[in-house]
Amino acid sequence: MVERKSGLTWLSHIVLIVGVLCVAMPIYITIIASTQTAEELARAAPMSLLPGGHFLDTYRLALLGGKTSTGGVIVPAWPMMKVSLIMALIIAVGKIAISLLSAFAIVYFRFPFRNVVFWMIFVTLMLPVEVRIAPTYEVIASLGMLNSYAGLTIPLIASATATFLFRQFFLTVPDELVEAARMDGAGPMRFFWDVLLPLSKTSIAALFVIQFIYGWNQYLWPLLVTTSEDMYPVVMGIRRLISTETLTDWNVVMANVLLAMIPPMIIIMLMQKWFVKGLVDSEK
Amino acid sequence: MASIKFQNVKKQYGSKDKVIQVIRDLTVNIDDGEFVVVVGPSGCGKSTLLRMVAGLEEISGGTISIDSQVVNDLEPAERDIAMVFQNYALYPHMSIFENMSYGLKIAKLPKDEIRRRVEKVSEILEITPYLQRKPGALSGGQRQRVAMGRAIVREPKVFLFDEPLSNLDAKLRAQTRLEIQKLHRELGITSLFVTHDQVEAMTLAERMIVLNAGMVEQFGTPDEVYHKPASAFVASFMGSPPMNLLTDMPGIMSGEIMGIRPEHLDIGNTGWDVSVEAIEMLGAERLVYCKWGSNQLIVRVHADDISIAVGARLFIKPREDKLHRFDQATGKRIG
Repeated sequence: MVERKSGLTWLSHIVLIVGVLCVAMPIYITIIASTQTAEELARAAPMSLLPGGHFLDTYRLALLGGKTSTGGVIVPAWPMMKVSLIMALIIAVGKIAISLLSAFAIVYFRFPFRNVVFWMIFVTLMLPVEVRIAPTYEVIASLGMLNSYAGLTIPLIASATATFLFRQFFLTVPDELVEAARMDGAGPMRFFWDVLLPLSKTSIAALFVIQFIYGWNQYLWPLLVTTSEDMYPVVMGIRRLISTETLTDWNVVMANVLLAMIPPMIIIMLMQKWFVKGLVDSEK
Repeated sequence: MASIKFQNVKKQYGSKDKVIQVIRDLTVNIDDGEFVVVVGPSGCGKSTLLRMVAGLEEISGGTISIDSQVVNDLEPAERDIAMVFQNYALYPHMSIFENMSYGLKIAKLPKDEIRRRVEKVSEILEITPYLQRKPGALSGGQRQRVAMGRAIVREPKVFLFDEPLSNLDAKLRAQTRLEIQKLHRELGITSLFVTHDQVEAMTLAERMIVLNAGMVEQFGTPDEVYHKPASAFVASFMGSPPMNLLTDMPGIMSGEIMGIRPEHLDIGNTGWDVSVEAIEMLGAERLVYCKWGSNQLIVRVHADDISIAVGARLFIKPREDKLHRFDQATGKRIG
């Protein structure tokens, strides 16, 4: 804002505070709920907004599994988080590797139908996994990739967004740099490794964050291709804890939700500086 | 060290029906160790010519040989040349040392040899204190030195310069010009230097190629080019202010252009009857813009000569031995 009227300052602060409350409230409730017992949550109609005393119990139960006081059996979240982590990492790294290479090909090589190829990749932007889910499932099932990391990740790896982003970045790299590398005797792959890759590291970091979260949050696809429990990612695990017939242990569900939020949060916090840099400036 | 031979070199863009000729049939021999400047207006094909030697542009016709080896189909790196780019083209993520040694590293030279060469060259160019910095932390002039250093460490047969001074300020440009001259004397490597700046061309060149619309207008020493321009184009392009080119006046044959440099006109009591339109003060001298019939005429006079005023009538006399004559149709020199 350019104006410096006190009324306006107040208004903007109020808007901001309301916004923050909207975002923070559910997370606060989640944290509070996970510190109480399932009985307390079920009994009190509006739940208490003060922390209860069962923080450690709930998280131990959520992470390692076991029996609840009401007799329900909790599946441990720990192995599921491992599955989620591996899946998200493969998806993020795979997407970045594939899109870097395809953008490199599209920008730096002259081959027949180059533009057609680019537009074909671009068009797939309009076809997310959900749209093509049935045929993709068919393919994965026929290839015997159900219940495997390959089946979980490969269909999600091809990425038009990332290819497009890297293409745009490569187009801003001055031609003279390519020519200088040619004069220095660097072949295409050498140029890619020594010049292009280091120059794209901020974009890579930004994309890694986005794609990691994308991979971590996958729900529908794992639901289809996994049938054995040791391949369930944690997001699916949360859903499985919410039972429709018996009493749901909401405290454990909330603990699981928080546990599932931690790894993406760590990634964002670690890469925050790079992330913003990659989205904001294109360093040349 | 090497000679460069252009034999009927052509360059064209576009397909059958829409061909743009950039270089038309260029044949030039550059001797071993020579410093040759290619000069011409923008769009005359001078950069294209350089990039063809570098291997960054394909050659549409004819051959280019370096050291009597035809290089048409060789990769840039196989031609044993080094190039200094207009925008320096330093790798922004590498330190100055890495920038300079990158080519040598790829050529798989032993590490201590690379270090020895880079250190030697950076000493000559006085960039040793910056070796560990990134290009972003250097000034324009320093980056320019690094770009030259990167070329020199390769110890190539030929240096190519693509307007390397055009991003520097006037003072630095003059200084770097002298340094390039000095370096050339020390290293004696055949150099091809492209510029649109005629002062740069005159001061640096041992011989210069004046290029216009893809054709060589003249290939000669700066002295020849200045004092005996091969065409009206060269006469008007070289020199500041340019040569006066006069037509259709008594004393000039029809179908001919008469040329005379501003410094070869004297003000006197007889001669051409002109009127003064404007006067420019340049410090040591004044330029007097005159009108003679339909011709515009510039006379260079000493700054102390303050007797001339705008609107005055003057008589000016050309020095007969400094007159140039060009054919009006072809623009070529007649005598």
